[in-house]
Amino acid sequence: MKTPLVVTTIALFYLLHQDWWHWPVARPLAFSFLPVGLWYHALYTLAAALLMAALVRWCWPAGLEREK
Amino acid sequence: MIPALFVLAYLAIVLYIGIFAFRRSRGQSEDFFLAGRSLGPWVFLLSLFGSHMTAFAILGSSGHAFNFGIVTYGLMASSSALVVPLCLLFIGTRLWSAGKRFGLITPVQIFRDRWECGHIGTLIFCLQAALLVPYIVIGVIGGGTTLSVLSGGWIPFWLGGLLVALVVMSYVFFGGMRGTAWVNAFQTVLFLGFGAVAVSLISQGMGGFVAVTERLLQNPRTASLLTRENFSLTTFLGYTFNPLSAIAFPHIAIFCLTARKVTQFKRTVIFYPVCLLLIWLPCVYLGVAANQATDVPAIAAKVEAKAATGRPVPGDDVMLLLLGRYAPVWVAGLLGAGIMAAVMASDSQILALSTMFTEDIFAFYGGKQRFGETAQIATGRLFVVLVTAFAYFTALNAKVAIFDLAVQYAFAGYAAMAPLFVAALCWRGSTKWGALAATLFVAASTVALYLLPRGFTIAGFAPVVPMTLISAALVWGVSLLTPKPSAATIERYFPPASV
Repeated sequence: MKTPLVVTTIALFYLLHQDWWHWPVARPLAFSFLPVGLWYHALYTLAAALLMAALVRWCWPAGLEREK
Repeated sequence: MIPALFVLAYLAIVLYIGIFAFRRSRGQSEDFFLAGRSLGPWVFLLSLFGSHMTAFAILGSSGHAFNFGIVTYGLMASSSALVVPLCLLFIGTRLWSAGKRFGLITPVQIFRDRWECGHIGTLIFCLQAALLVPYIVIGVIGGGTTLSVLSGGWIPFWLGGLLVALVVMSYVFFGGMRGTAWVNAFQTVLFLGFGAVAVSLISQGMGGFVAVTERLLQNPRTASLLTRENFSLTTFLGYTFNPLSAIAFPHIAIFCLTARKVTQFKRTVIFYPVCLLLIWLPCVYLGVAANQATDVPAIAAKVEAKAATGRPVPGDDVMLLLLGRYAPVWVAGLLGAGIMAAVMASDSQILALSTMFTEDIFAFYGGKQRFGETAQIATGRLFVVLVTAFAYFTALNAKVAIFDLAVQYAFAGYAAMAPLFVAALCWRGSTKWGALAATLFVAASTVALYLLPRGFTIAGFAPVVPMTLISAALVWGVSLLTPKPSAATIERYFPPASV
């Protein structure tokens, strides 16, 4: 159950990187100066850090520590 | 000239760090090449990130954004924010475990042990080494450019490159991995800390963030740089394959072996995207904003050339030109040192190449047994000198376009080698013949890529996409048809508890 859920989450996250719906536009601007294609990906980067925190919490390869 | 003096002071500091690390060394090969597998969590994060971020990250990203706009961030940074930490979490930890349990120092040693092969490992070494050299050359070019621009031409390119090459060579020579890791950690703190200061000061000098963006939007020549309308979606998709190269870079793979405990990967995996954001967002924004800085004569000439030809122009120095124009002299000096910090990431690559040569060639073919461990370290140091000299003289004769070209084919080649790491560490059924097939394919396709015209695509995708997919298919298909390593070896790498 856990592996399919992890694979699906990562795949969805990968798809969110391809934000074709923002392609030809600059607005809305974040803080009145950051174009949408930039702030979306800045937020995406922060979301990636949160995803990594979740993966470290629930998918940590604990077996590697025990094998030492 | 004053900013260049700050950079020279910075070079003296990193040299001192390398010599200080030398005093802590114990004269063993594992200590010289892997810092005795003793790096703590923060040094591990900062040094691994610092060694991954090269001149490409600061000078290259702002230059690319100057020509192509905000798409640069999504192409390089946010795709890496997902792919690189995943590689570290699922492959890097397994590399660490294999290295620690079996006393191995390089990826090729792990491949030889895992697949019970000898000369196939030598072939993989040759390919990895050939792909790494352009990266080292890039560091020297970046160093020479930085010192030359910051000193207003007072320090010529050849002297700037020579100074950087000598300093890097010295602290790698003396300090080995410990010196390199400490210097990288120091450098990462410096360039992360000064990135935000740079974007703030330069934007204020140009009239503020809001005014800069509005001017860019109102100018028909630059408005498209704030969208991605001129960039193909398939190319954007293809670029997400490039960060796979991270785990196959020898300097990153070897860095994975330096952690004291596997739990030290946790902080690196989580904070890696944050570090990427802090360095790439300011660089990309400033690169785009540079199109409005037409009061800087060198930038105005580039903007005119771009408009006249409709083609990209060399833009790797735009960040430095902005710094020289808009930041106070002393701040420009500190920021120049921060930029130099990123540019000098070639240290870990030189050390990685030296480690690979001494372990995968010198020791494997009997040198360590015949001449002893001291001779092995001496060979490693001699190799550091030779590689640095070669990189310096190549950089002197390299054209700027090679910067981009080399990165392109090095990224594609290493990304296509990533399936070897996955197969070796995550799949019991992989064989040396599968590895050989993929290695030969990657070598042949990288040579072809180098010879083909720039911008060559297959069905709209950059070559890295088919190269990686075919390489993965070859490892898988050929492994299914060929004999496996002994059961004892497979059991060592995949003990029942870990399956």
